[in-house]
Amino acid sequence: MRRALITTAFFATLVGLWKIATVLVGWSPVLLPPPESVAEYLWGALKDGSLAEAALVTLERLLMGYAIGVLIGLPIGLMISTSDILQDTVGALALGLQTLPSVCWIPLALLWFGQTEGAMLFVVIMGTVGSVVIATSTGARSIPPIYARLARTMGSEGFDKWTRVILPASLPFLVTGMKQGWAFAWRSLMAAEIYVTILTGFGLGHLLHYGRELSAMDQVIGIMLVIVVIGLATDKSLFAPWERFMHRRWGTGAVQ
Amino acid sequence: MQAPEAFAAAPSAMLAVEHISKSFDTPRTSVRALDDVSLEVKGGEFVCLLGPSGCGKSTLLDIIAGLTVPDKGRVLADGELVQGPGRHRLVMFQEPALFPWLNVFGNVMFGLRRAPGLTPARRREIAEYHLQLVDLAKFGKSYVHELSGGMKQRVALARSLAPDPRVLLMDEPFASLDAMTREQLYLDLQRIWEDRKKTIVLVTHNVREAVCLGDRVVLMSPSPGRIREELAIELPRPRDINTAENAALAQRLTTALARA
Repeated sequence: MRRALITTAFFATLVGLWKIATVLVGWSPVLLPPPESVAEYLWGALKDGSLAEAALVTLERLLMGYAIGVLIGLPIGLMISTSDILQDTVGALALGLQTLPSVCWIPLALLWFGQTEGAMLFVVIMGTVGSVVIATSTGARSIPPIYARLARTMGSEGFDKWTRVILPASLPFLVTGMKQGWAFAWRSLMAAEIYVTILTGFGLGHLLHYGRELSAMDQVIGIMLVIVVIGLATDKSLFAPWERFMHRRWGTGAVQ
Repeated sequence: MQAPEAFAAAPSAMLAVEHISKSFDTPRTSVRALDDVSLEVKGGEFVCLLGPSGCGKSTLLDIIAGLTVPDKGRVLADGELVQGPGRHRLVMFQEPALFPWLNVFGNVMFGLRRAPGLTPARRREIAEYHLQLVDLAKFGKSYVHELSGGMKQRVALARSLAPDPRVLLMDEPFASLDAMTREQLYLDLQRIWEDRKKTIVLVTHNVREAVCLGDRVVLMSPSPGRIREELAIELPRPRDINTAENAALAQRLTTALARA
């Protein structure tokens, strides 16, 4: 409760500073609109439903692409952790993919899939897979080898060993990797929505794009805020439970 | 609390280690960890493998466990060829290596869940019995990081005993503990061993520990790892590591080790 209050106070202060800056410096609202006009835009977009609709479209793409990315990346990462040859080949490819900004996939995605949901999904998946693969493989390689040896003596082999020992043991790495994958998925999708205009759904990226076209900076900043809030909210709902579980069990947490 | 019946009855196995040799290749050289080592362990016997670092005693234990494949020779457990790890030969290492994602009870249940022919209720009962055996009945719900080093090692002991292995292989299980905790565990282990009549092979470089725990002490010498000497220890049990008899015997063994 106390931590929640401190967090709220921190962000309230930020908004206050923003307001003071707009008043004192007197920037044109086209450059930096004051908080209340952003709030006004957000309120309007909430009331006419356009914001919720766009957020839903975006979230659906994001969750779908991310889930597929994890489903592809996790087994590949585990596989790579078992062999140095795979690490030097598939692992190197994944590492390359991870460092490649996913915006780079957009021209190809457009050529291959046209202006469709498929192009969006493709870009998000390509953005996710690399970091999930790397995190999983690093995680599995970093756990004490004694765990696997013990598991084998106690009759845990094959699938059971992987799901009941290796995966949970690499949880600290996995959570970090999954979060990074999530962040990359977000970035990829925003890039895709800004660059790819499609008719099947109007996402947050599109709203941002049109805000820019119309020089409606209250819209641009409003959408940016929404993106940040959604990012925080998913972090709290998707990853925080795992982190809490991990900190409780491993005895980790804030450095004293 | 009584040992669940089906469990108390499991026969104790005999181990036969026959002409084992094992080398490890490093980039620069090849180390002969074990050279033609043979050893027999009777059912219910407590054998201590004693020797300085590098005499191959841990490698020998790994080979008995089936975790390492020997270059030459074979191991028979209860007349059957050892071809890989199996739940009848459980290992305890110097580190407790408990699984941090499970609580204490979950750790003790890990091997049990994979033991065939038990109902879930039975498994819980057996796990509780073994937690009680190591005096940790109240700590089932604790997480691993909340325990002291000695408690962790006791959980590891309960985890290894619970699936009722025929042989318990212990690789310097007390080496990283403080003296007081260690001496308590010597007594605990002797009590549990008498109670459950397991076959135990314990690796140590601590002479007094070997004398205190073993029915028989097997002396090993390094490069290449060989068995030098064997010595039956006939002191009455339970033995206290701090008695004069224990110290005198240890002294004799230390001299023998120096010769080796």
